[in-house]
Amino acid sequence: MSRSKVLAAMSGGVDSCVAAALLAEQGAEVTGVTLKLWCYGTSPLSPRACCTLDAIEDARAVARRMGFPHYVVEAEEVFRQRVLQPFLDAYATGRTPYPCALCNQHLKFGDLVSRMELIGAEVLATGHYARIERCADGSWKLMRAMDRDKDQSYALALIPYDVLPRAVFPLGGMDKQAVRAHAERLGLEVWAKPESQDLCFVPDGDYAGFVTQSLGDRRGTTPGPFVDSEGRPLGTHRGILHYTVGQRRGLGIAAREPLYVTGIDASSNTITLGSRAALDAPGLVTASMNWLVPSPPGPGAPVEVQIRYHHAPARGRVFPRADGGAEIRFDEPQAAVTPGQSCVLYDGDRVLGGAAIERALAAPRRSATHDAARLVAP
Amino acid sequence: MIYLDHNASTPVRPEVIEAMRASLADHPANPSSLHREGQRARAALERARAQVASLVHARPDEVVFVSGGTEGDHLALLGAAWSRAARGRRIAISAVEHHAMHGAAEVLAEQGFAVDHLPVGPEGRVTPAAIRLAPGTSVVALMLANNETGVLQPLEHAVRIARDAGALVLCDAVQAAGKVPIDFDALGVDYLVVSGHKIGGPKGAAALIVRRGAPLKPLFRGSSHEGGRRGGTENVSGIVGLGLAAEAAAGELATEAPRLAALRARLEAGMRAQVPDLVIHGEAAPRLPNTVNASFPDARSDRLLMALDAAGIAVSAGAACASGAVEPSPVLSAMGVPRALAVCALRFSLGRTTAEAEIETTLAALGPAVAAARGSAAGVSGGGA
Repeated sequence: MSRSKVLAAMSGGVDSCVAAALLAEQGAEVTGVTLKLWCYGTSPLSPRACCTLDAIEDARAVARRMGFPHYVVEAEEVFRQRVLQPFLDAYATGRTPYPCALCNQHLKFGDLVSRMELIGAEVLATGHYARIERCADGSWKLMRAMDRDKDQSYALALIPYDVLPRAVFPLGGMDKQAVRAHAERLGLEVWAKPESQDLCFVPDGDYAGFVTQSLGDRRGTTPGPFVDSEGRPLGTHRGILHYTVGQRRGLGIAAREPLYVTGIDASSNTITLGSRAALDAPGLVTASMNWLVPSPPGPGAPVEVQIRYHHAPARGRVFPRADGGAEIRFDEPQAAVTPGQSCVLYDGDRVLGGAAIERALAAPRRSATHDAARLVAP
Repeated sequence: MIYLDHNASTPVRPEVIEAMRASLADHPANPSSLHREGQRARAALERARAQVASLVHARPDEVVFVSGGTEGDHLALLGAAWSRAARGRRIAISAVEHHAMHGAAEVLAEQGFAVDHLPVGPEGRVTPAAIRLAPGTSVVALMLANNETGVLQPLEHAVRIARDAGALVLCDAVQAAGKVPIDFDALGVDYLVVSGHKIGGPKGAAALIVRRGAPLKPLFRGSSHEGGRRGGTENVSGIVGLGLAAEAAAGELATEAPRLAALRARLEAGMRAQVPDLVIHGEAAPRLPNTVNASFPDARSDRLLMALDAAGIAVSAGAACASGAVEPSPVLSAMGVPRALAVCALRFSLGRTTAEAEIETTLAALGPAVAAARGSAAGVSGGGA
């Protein structure tokens, strides 16, 4: 039997390195690639676990050790157009983007898929914690990882369905301990590297600073009013890109009970604050859905809905919309439905599809009255 | 593997490997030592010096052994500029010099020297009209052949203008040596650099030819190695390899140059037949017989390199940045090649081991590689998935 040809995406972090190394160990003909998303210049190296010059060196070292070729591939343009600019635009318009979903969609499972043909690769391997399985009817499904703590299926919900047959996730059935053990066993120096945190392209976790600097314009930085649910002024905000729905800290407003950001309106440069209860929404509307099932669920089909990376899925029902989006109605109201984040629908462990959250559905009138009453007389 | 990257480095000639192996075993002494063992090592060194001198028609005492082309460029540019600093703190180098020369010029710039860059035309040649030297220019550096395009530079014009201006001339001939005849005397330059690993010799051994009487402040001082021009115990076995490679290259030149030119003509014709819109950089200029630098529009170099490498063909894709990703070549930029075309350039450099069948195999792989690279690029711009 001829060896299977694999294109392995290697960020330089321990996960993707182990994924590639395990396939090589099992006899696959691996070609490693690291996407260059950024012009690193000669700036000081960041301590981050991936996407730095150091990380590229780490990926190279793993390839050398395992004896397969490795290339750094230029993807700055795609990254800027498809991930960075939408990220910046979203912040500037009061949304809280989730760029990892776009990066997976356009870079790892877009640009890299397009490069498979170059080397005649049959499959694309990454270090994601998720599983791909073939159904009895021949269709494919994306599943949560065995290790629920590490599960990254939420970040993969926007990848195209037709990529599933050509992608492999060697770590989908492992836990992190096992992955580190493999790294150590294989003599990969990356085994003890720290976990990557936050976004790889924001140097120090200072999103607002990064966005302000990168935007090249003043969008989202003009101070404006904080208002309550009735539109009454409560104070002045520093510019909408400093805030996200559900945020409580750093508002600088004295109130009789904790206040949260419940809404951001870029057109009027207004941020609405409310009580914890006012964060609750009965449902949401998504942008155009990316379905990972051969046929989308019918109106009212029961689903589990995850609206943030760390969110225990809520039960609800899905109503596909004519525009390709979906309306989700939760069985129980969910707090802090945040436009820009991904809404991912599950059937148990299976990912049905996903899309960016467009907006929360408005709470029924009675709860708004209830909130207002609580604000004045707790 | 089909190796078409001879401008980056060449396979070491078997007889060179043998001679170096013997030298490592037979020359334990320091060539500066006065005993007979030292004299034996010295004799090997001097034999190599004569062999290198012979390749470029220089005198053996004009040959200074150095560690590589980069050191040769630095020693010549800095050594000349420092020697003439009292008369002027200004130098000129062509825009398409090797990184090593640009690096040496940066050292001078940091020391307060003015550095002028001589522009090149669209064919990659410094036009004689562009060689205008500002008053006080003490050194002019112009390569004999460009490493990326193979384009030969008009040295004779440069030398004439530099002489009239009283400037010294430095010629980086690393890429030209062994591929075109070089006559150090006839060229009339003051300094010339050649490197062993570009002519079938080892890495780590090279030579700077210094005209008798030309000034040269050393980079490394110590004992009077190399006539006081380069401190440090000589790399005897490497230099033995360099000398033998120089002799072999000189002996083959008359037959290899036309053979490579014919292979290259076949390669270029075959490429054009498959990719009619390809652009060969410097095509109309006099070029080395072994080098083709061509852009395949809409097929990015990094994709092409991967595809050809997977097919067992090693080529070069221009410059690499700190990360190792392919970047548009500064040489092509200096020639005015638009960025969109520059990022689609590949360099094929043929050499002594290149066989006709390899050219045919390369051509057979090229069409599918270009199609795959173009398809990929289109896929990305068309929606990313």
